[in-house]
Order: sequence, then C-alpha cells, then structure tokens
Amino acid sequence: MQLWIVPLLPLAGFAINGLFGRRFSKSLVNAVAIASVLLSFAWVLRAVYGLGDLPTPHVEHYFTWIRSGSLDIGCDFAVDRLTAVMLLVVTGIGSLIHIYAIGYMAHEGGYYRFFAYLNLFMFFMLTLVLAANFAVLFVGWEGVGLCSYLLIGFYFDRRSATNAGNKAFIVNRIGDFGFSLAMFLIFANFHSLDFARVFAQAPAAPVGTLTAIGLLLMLGACGKSAQLPLYVWLPDAMEGPTPVSALIHAATMVTAGVYMTARSWVIYTNAPVAMHTIAIVGIATAFFAATIGLAQNDIKKVFAYSTVSQLGYMFVGIGSGAFGAGIYHLVTHAFFKALLFLGAGSVIHALSGEQDMSRMGGLRKKIPWTFWTMAFAAVSIAGVWPFAGFYSKDAILIAAYQQTPWIYWLGVFTAGMTAFYVSRAMFLTFFGEYRGDRHPHESPPVMLVPLAVLALLSLGGGYFLPVPEFLRGVFHAGESAENPALMAVSVTAGLAGIALATLMYLYKPGMADAFAGRVSGFYKLVYNKYFVDEIYDAAVVRPVVAGSREVLWKAVDTAMIDGAVNGAGAAAREVGGVLQRIQSGNIRSYATWVVFGAVMLIFAMGLAGGLIR
Amino acid sequence: MSQVPTSWFLLLSAALFVLGVAGFLFRRNIVTVFMSIELMLNAVNLSFIAFTYQLNRVDGHQVDGHLYAFFVMVVAAAEAAVGLAIILTVYRNRGTLNIDEVDSMKN
Repeated sequence: MQLWIVPLLPLAGFAINGLFGRRFSKSLVNAVAIASVLLSFAWVLRAVYGLGDLPTPHVEHYFTWIRSGSLDIGCDFAVDRLTAVMLLVVTGIGSLIHIYAIGYMAHEGGYYRFFAYLNLFMFFMLTLVLAANFAVLFVGWEGVGLCSYLLIGFYFDRRSATNAGNKAFIVNRIGDFGFSLAMFLIFANFHSLDFARVFAQAPAAPVGTLTAIGLLLMLGACGKSAQLPLYVWLPDAMEGPTPVSALIHAATMVTAGVYMTARSWVIYTNAPVAMHTIAIVGIATAFFAATIGLAQNDIKKVFAYSTVSQLGYMFVGIGSGAFGAGIYHLVTHAFFKALLFLGAGSVIHALSGEQDMSRMGGLRKKIPWTFWTMAFAAVSIAGVWPFAGFYSKDAILIAAYQQTPWIYWLGVFTAGMTAFYVSRAMFLTFFGEYRGDRHPHESPPVMLVPLAVLALLSLGGGYFLPVPEFLRGVFHAGESAENPALMAVSVTAGLAGIALATLMYLYKPGMADAFAGRVSGFYKLVYNKYFVDEIYDAAVVRPVVAGSREVLWKAVDTAMIDGAVNGAGAAAREVGGVLQRIQSGNIRSYATWVVFGAVMLIFAMGLAGGLIR
Repeated sequence: MSQVPTSWFLLLSAALFVLGVAGFLFRRNIVTVFMSIELMLNAVNLSFIAFTYQLNRVDGHQVDGHLYAFFVMVVAAAEAAVGLAIILTVYRNRGTLNIDEVDSMKN
C-alpha cells in the first residue's frame, strides 16, 4: 500500500520549505506545507479504505536497518486498526491546525521556519505511529521530541522560551532513559524488537521480567505524555506558538506515550502490577493537575494543566485494561483540546497577544464564532451527554470502576473539577465586562473554519466514532459494560462543576475571590503549582549545577584535564626551546651535522662489526 | 681492466666523495656547493658500478647495481634543473650567491 508515502510527503514539505522557504513568498510556503499534509491525509484515507477490515496487521518491509549478531532491525511500517486510528487523528487534526496556522502566524517572523518544523513534526509523528518495531518507533519518538524542542523555543529571542525548550528536552531524556532500558530488556528476553514477535512471545515470559519492562516503558510514557513526576515540562511548553500547543502539546505528540503503552498491551495484561501502577499514576496526575488548573490565570496554562489531567485519564484507561477506552479518549481529547487551544489562540490573536484572563472578559459579543466553537469544546471536556468527551471519559471511568472503585470516585471528582476550571476559563474570557485595553477583532475565516470542523467533531466524535468497538479485535477485548447509574454520576459531577463555576463567576463575581481568601493557604499552594518547580530546582537542578561547577569544572576539567593538556604543551615547548638552537638556518651548519651523523654511524657500525657478518 | 683491482675504484670513489663533502662544507658560493653535490653523487655512482662489477664478474652473483647509477643520473639531472632555477631566482632576488647570507628561513 506504499505506506512510506504517508510520512514522506511532510518530510518533502520540510525539505522544500526548510531549504528554500526563506526566498518563497508566504503563499508559496503555505501551499507547500498545507499540500504536503493534506496529501498525506488523503493517502492515509486511501490506505485505510484500501486495506479493508485489517483483521491482522498489514506489514511493509523496506530495508534492513541494523544487523549485528542476532540483532536484526528492519525499517518496517505496519498498519493495524490502532495505527489506522492514530494516522487519521494525526493527519486529520494536523491538516486542520496547519490551515489554522496560516491565519495565526500571518504577522509573525520566521514564517517558513515555523511551517518547516511543523512538517518535520508530522513526519516524525507518522513514523512513530507507523513503526512496526520498537527501534523505528524510538526514531519517531525522539524526532517529535526534537521538533517539540524547536517549536517551544520558536521565539528564540525570548529567554523564557528557550529555557522552556531546554526543560522539555531534558525532562524527556529521563523518560527516554527508561524507554531505552525497556528496549534492552525486551531484546535480551525476546531476541527481537519487532512488535509481532515480541508480543507473540510475551505471554510465556516470566512475570517479573514483564513487570520490569512495563514499568520502564511507563517511565518513557510518563516523560512524553507529561505524567507525574515528569509533567513539569508541558505547562512551560506553552511558550511556543499556539498552533504548536494545539498540535504537539495537546492533540498528538503528548499522546504518544498513551499510544505506546496501548501498543504494548500484551505486556501489561500479563504484568498486572505494572498495569495497576499506570492506573495509579494516571489518576494521581489527573487529580493533581486538575487542582492546579483551578487557579491559573493564563488561559493557555489552564488548558495545559487540563491536558496533563486528561492524559492522566487516558492512563487510567490503559491501567484499567480498557485500552480501547484510553485510545477513545485520546481521539476525542484530540478534537476538543485542539479546539480549546485553537480557540484560545483565536482569543489571543483577537487581543493582539494578551494571555491573562484577568484582562479579558465580555468577548462573547465581539468574537462570537470563537466563543461558540470553544463552548462546544468546553461542554465536551466537561463530559456532558451527548458530546464526545462524555463517551470516552465514561468508557474509562466504567472500566476503572470494575478494577478499582476508589480510582473511579477520584476520577468522578476530577471530572467535576475539570468542568469547573474549563467553565471558569470560559466565563472569565467571554462573559462579564471587558477588562482589557485592546481592540478585539474576530479572526479571519482561515482560522474559523478549522474551529468549526473541530466543534462538529467535539460534538459528534463520540457517538459517530465508536473507537473501542473498532479496536476490539486489536486488544482482544470483550463487550464493554454499560452502567447507567455510573454514567449518571459522572454527568452529574460535570454539571455540578459547571453550575458551581456559573455561580462563582457569573452570578456572584466576588464569590471566587472571597472563597480564595478564606482558604488562602491552599489557594497559594495551588496558584503556585504546589511549588513543584521550586522543589525540583532545589532537589535536582541546583545540586547538579553546583556539582558540575565545583567538582566537574573546577576540579576535573580545570585541574586535571586542562592541567594534563597544558602540561603536554608546555613540555613540548621546553624541549623545542632547547632543540631550536640546532635550526640555525645556515645550510653549511646543517651539512656539518649530516657529516657528523654519517661519521658517527660508520663509527658505530665499525664498533658493532659491520653491517654484514 | 682486470688488472686494476676493485679496491682502487673504491678508493677513487671515496676520494671524490670526500672532496665533494669538503667542497660542500667549506665553499661559500652556491654554484660551487651545487657542483660539490654532483661530485658526491658521481662518487656514489662509481662505487655502485665498481661493486656491481666485482660481484657479477668476479664472484658470479646476479646483482643489478649499475641500474642504480642510471637512477641517480636521472634524479641528478632533474635536481640540477630545479636547483639551477632556484639559484637563478635567489640571485635575482638577493643579488648574492653567498650561502651564508641565504638564511631567511630561520626567522
């Protein structure tokens, strides 16, 4: 089916825009970037349609990449139903966000650079989901990390942006360390990195090994998908342009960890401890990030913590054995969170760069399209029937209830908080009086059309795209249970959150501040994100910096390495100072030395008894 | 020919070589120095041929030392061409052929 065309098209777009984009006009850069992604989307549709039911994965082998001893890694792509879902999400949402970015980035510098990076990201992300073995997946995994770094630091003249890029890159290294170890363990035990061969052997492997592999893979996923304790990079990643936040840091890249753990479902179903750990990490992250989201004032920060929280839900799904539900939430989250971010971008665009919600308000009348589309996303993430978020969140919570009821109840509470913070953001932005001094203007149609499409998907994406049923064959899952009582509970939680936010921010605007004042200790803790960044700074960053400066730099580098190198140089100079006296520049003195040497040689040979005995 | 012992040729060769060395060391004119080098090369040629004659005709070994005389001559011719060109250039630029004054490579 020529799967290689799918990632190659964005790569070509990257190459063209990256090499020649500086000289292109903006419309030509647009044409290259959008066409490459749209064609890729079309090819995905054609491939998925042409491959039919996909009862078994469709594998394509291109060439042998590494062969060394028993290690045999091919550059292989594979499509099964899970990959098909991911491909459609990545290229579909990716196309919409590319189109949106035309409008958003219109007044920004580095235009061609932005689209080149965005296309490069699409290439790596598609490689990641198409990979048929862990090694090729890892290439995509690192590649999207690189693009994330480049795009977070897109405004490289801002110190905070480059710092955020570095933070994302470095925190992800910790996760990748776990992922690498997991790959080594997999190869040591199964003598292959191919998904098909590893997962065929996995059920027979010892549980301890599988648990170790599962936990290490989880560490990798925690880095990429911003779970506790490695989530700290994602909120800072909002320094990048908003389309990047939507595409990379909400809809696609951060879900790579969820995809990877779902892909490794055979390992987790045979290692219950690892799986349960995922569920606990997931719910802890979901709860923790949601509480931080309650008190943030930067509109993008609210949605960033919301993303961390929603990724936690996906992990709860994976950890409860409901892999289909986890992927389901991945898909619907891609719809509504991309929409929330793009809407936030539209608001920021309308206010010429303002991100602080305390200087917004009353924008409902001024930018109605943005308001109405974002409202769809907000209701969807709050989990209200019949919006998409309801279906996926409910599938996860029901699965969690069957496994561990306390996770379910915490999840329901978190759902209430989710509804509250997202409603709060909506009310602060769109209702009340306008508190800023800019002149809001509605965004151009090129930005509004993607918003409208995503709004429709946020509404109907749950009912019309029954992802868990579609994926049942992949995960060998049974019929998913239905439980009307539990559904009612979670919808009630969502509605309660909305109602509370309505009360606190719409009807009695002073109430929120009064409440915050009454629990000021807790409010400060949450407002400052539990001081996690400060704790990491004191516990990890400062010791490493101090150790590097005092020990590695002053002792090892300056004293030992520089000492040895400079010593060698000084010694050579000393010897040369003595020997340079021979180099008089006078030819006859050289000749004298030659004659002297020859005489000495003959003399020595005479002493030794001649050349030939 | 056979009445002349090989050692005489070698003595002659040694004498010519020492003359070349002495000329090289003690003369100041570059052209003379150059000629001294040629003298040394020819001294070596003579000993090549003398040894070859001795080993082939008298001792009966298969040795092709005289071929080296031709190699040396070819190299000497090439060297003479380059060397004389250098000498000409040096003279044009410096106006002197005193070898002790041509030592600017030092600094």
